[in-house]
Amino acid sequence: MLEVRNLSIAFKTSAGLKSAVRNIDFTIRPGEILGLVGESGSGKTITSLGVMGLLPPNAVITGGEVLVDGIDILKLPPAELRKLRGGHIAMIFQDPIASLDPIFTCGDQIIEAILLHNPIGRANARRKARDLLEKVLIPDPDRAMRAYPHELSGGQCQRIMIAMAVACRPRVIIADEPTTALDVTVQKQVLDLLRELNDEVGAAILLITHDLGVIYEVADRVVVMYAGNKMEEATTADLFSAPQSDYSRALIDSMPSLGRDAERLPVIERDSSGKVRSVRPEPRPRPASSGPIPAGGDPPLLEIRDLCKSYWVKPSPLAMPVEMRAVDRVSLSIAPRTTLGLVGESGCGKSTLSRAVIRLYKPDSGQIFFKGKDIAGLSDKEMRPFRREIAMVFQNPYGSLNPRQTVAQIVEAPMLIFADGDAAGRQGRVRSLLDAVGMPAAAAQKYPHEFSGGQRQRIAIARALALNPSLVICDEAVSALDVSVQAQVLNLLKDLQAEFDLTYLFISHDLSVVEHVSDTVAVMQKGRIVEYGPAAEIFGNPMEPYTRILLDAVPTVGSLRGGKEGA
Amino acid sequence: MNASIGALLLAARKLLTALIQLVVVATLIFSVMYIMPGDPVLLLLGADSNPSPEAIASMRSQLGLDQPVVSQYFIWLWNALHLDFGKSLTNGYPVANYVMQNLPRTLELAFAAIVIAALIGVPLGIAAALKRGSMRDTVLTSIATIGISVPVYIMGTLLVLFFSLKLGWLPASGYTDISRNILEHFRKLALPALALGFGLAASIARMTRSSMLEILGRDFVRALRAKGMSERRIIWQHVLRNAAIPIVTIIGLQLGNLMGGTVLVEAMFNWPGLSTLLVGAVSARNYPLVQGAMLAIAAAFILINLVVELLYSLLDPRIRRKRS
Repeated sequence: MLEVRNLSIAFKTSAGLKSAVRNIDFTIRPGEILGLVGESGSGKTITSLGVMGLLPPNAVITGGEVLVDGIDILKLPPAELRKLRGGHIAMIFQDPIASLDPIFTCGDQIIEAILLHNPIGRANARRKARDLLEKVLIPDPDRAMRAYPHELSGGQCQRIMIAMAVACRPRVIIADEPTTALDVTVQKQVLDLLRELNDEVGAAILLITHDLGVIYEVADRVVVMYAGNKMEEATTADLFSAPQSDYSRALIDSMPSLGRDAERLPVIERDSSGKVRSVRPEPRPRPASSGPIPAGGDPPLLEIRDLCKSYWVKPSPLAMPVEMRAVDRVSLSIAPRTTLGLVGESGCGKSTLSRAVIRLYKPDSGQIFFKGKDIAGLSDKEMRPFRREIAMVFQNPYGSLNPRQTVAQIVEAPMLIFADGDAAGRQGRVRSLLDAVGMPAAAAQKYPHEFSGGQRQRIAIARALALNPSLVICDEAVSALDVSVQAQVLNLLKDLQAEFDLTYLFISHDLSVVEHVSDTVAVMQKGRIVEYGPAAEIFGNPMEPYTRILLDAVPTVGSLRGGKEGA
Repeated sequence: MNASIGALLLAARKLLTALIQLVVVATLIFSVMYIMPGDPVLLLLGADSNPSPEAIASMRSQLGLDQPVVSQYFIWLWNALHLDFGKSLTNGYPVANYVMQNLPRTLELAFAAIVIAALIGVPLGIAAALKRGSMRDTVLTSIATIGISVPVYIMGTLLVLFFSLKLGWLPASGYTDISRNILEHFRKLALPALALGFGLAASIARMTRSSMLEILGRDFVRALRAKGMSERRIIWQHVLRNAAIPIVTIIGLQLGNLMGGTVLVEAMFNWPGLSTLLVGAVSARNYPLVQGAMLAIAAAFILINLVVELLYSLLDPRIRRKRS
């Protein structure tokens, strides 16, 4: 049993201690799963590291107790604490492949974990490791024993981590975003496994996540954190049916949820007194300067016909290269001023498809009609005029902005490349673009690191709009953002679509987000489009088994689809 | 099973690459000699003595210089393949004998220097990385920076001043064959090896430090701590092995560079190695000797790099086995 009492953690800064977590309380009983939910920066991960005694050197515990079976582990000497770790308290991390040592086999790493706390001899440990792999339902356990982490998938590596965590029958398991790096279908399997295993092991599980859907499906009780404070503790059913704190209510509202169609997503706002509330912003009116809304019935802006793109991969150093069709005879079309949502799991070819459209890759065969002209075979020079028409917003707003340039330089860059207008004209355009994406004019002279993830993604969007494109490709553009920030950016994308007559190709692995933004949806699996049609039809009445599997795997608040009866 | 075949195949490919590199280098060495000004025949016969055209012609045919360049090249390559680099122009001894005599001395000096460098550099780098940002780290990093910036001849002079002239512990220069006196051999090796090794130790220490820091920041180290493993075991069993690849790379590269980089030290300490031989041969326009010595240096460099690359695959399974 794990009991955390009044835990406070602070970071050491040059200006003294900066409080990160304040007076957190919770108790987890054996066999119970407690969800700890909050946005990035809310202090949930630092809380878990505090419980493990693994805080980074710049963090200190300023008060409170962490009781594991009645013993305050914060008072234990380091050597004693180390014995508890792994044996008594185990941890499962977010990125399973990175959490395994790349140069040891998975089998050796499980054996090592067993022997650290149970000196039962190598042969016995090996037998036990193999049994554990069977228990976590890894396909071909013998191969997994011999395999190095990079030879397994993310889901398989997370099973290895779970096997390692339960190896010594710990009393407490801390799972920090255990499924965030995994595909939805894999996420579902891993969560089911964790819950079933725990019926047997009977550990107290602390499940940390930003995903309310995950909490809804597996947690018994929930603690909601915001800015280092505990906002609410409730049973899962109570939290979702009657959230007590304003923040919990706002957080639940701002999540796009399958089957809950809303034109606008509510966003979380703090008023001057520091109170949090949920507001549903009105759509921005279409400015008069944009002219009348063009009549419908236009030919498609983008039409893809039988597009193919292959990679040649060698299965082993000896073998002949074999063809891997990343994009396999894909046909799609997008009408002007609409959004096509492209969904699929990692490795299905959705990013290759988008890069072929923008002609970062040359497709092997097929046609890409943009405004009626086939651009699939154009040379780089012939392609140039089309490059201003197609813009891209990438997933990672931390990596896609040059850290050495000011925001003004970043947004101006595409105009400079195409030598658009004079310096004064470009400056004016930068100002109006920043205004359009809701950034203050003062932002222009600052550098990207001075902004949060959501603000950076706004800057990236302003840059994408610099040349007045007609097609914007958003490749997982909101995946790296917190739920409430994601809601703001999704609202912004909708406003801009109406204002600038934009057409979106919106790529995402998140079905709830895709349902929210899309007019039409294409489901991609192994390079092929398996289902394609109006969003309402695909989400309301999926025809393909794969689409149904995807939809069923999404942890959804307010439905019993995930299989948690009576929650 | 497939994995070991894959590893063999990888090794075979690297070996083939090394052979191609060697042929390219040999071609370059041959052409440089051909392009260089100065006629070896005149030099050999003594330009001042005004040799007769007949004497020049007969010397030319004796040396094979009257043949077309292409056939000269292939004959030279073919002979070099059989370790026949021709005869020294000054005294007619086979070049191979000179190379065989001097190459081991340079190799010995280089290996001694690199062993010293690794023995100093790797522990210092680890020590600095484990206490990042501390006083210890700052001091060690500063020493390393000084070590890199002090030229080898200054270092050598300081060492001689201190260990030979002041303390009188070690001879200042010279060479004694190991078969004559083992102790004296190593006493004379000590100072040149130290002079060479000190600067290398500094760059190895820096590489070790940054490589260790990079690995220490990885997620799996945190996961190992969460497993309850002791810090000491995490460092020695996991971090160091992961950090080894860039360290091995820099050690291998420097060992290769030492093949041609011992010139100053060999001259300073009168160490009769390949560089000494090469410098003498260049000033005497002793072309076959220059070619032989250069080819030996290049071959040693390529061989060392080959060994280093094969070591990688032992250290890192990701290189050994491609993802299937």
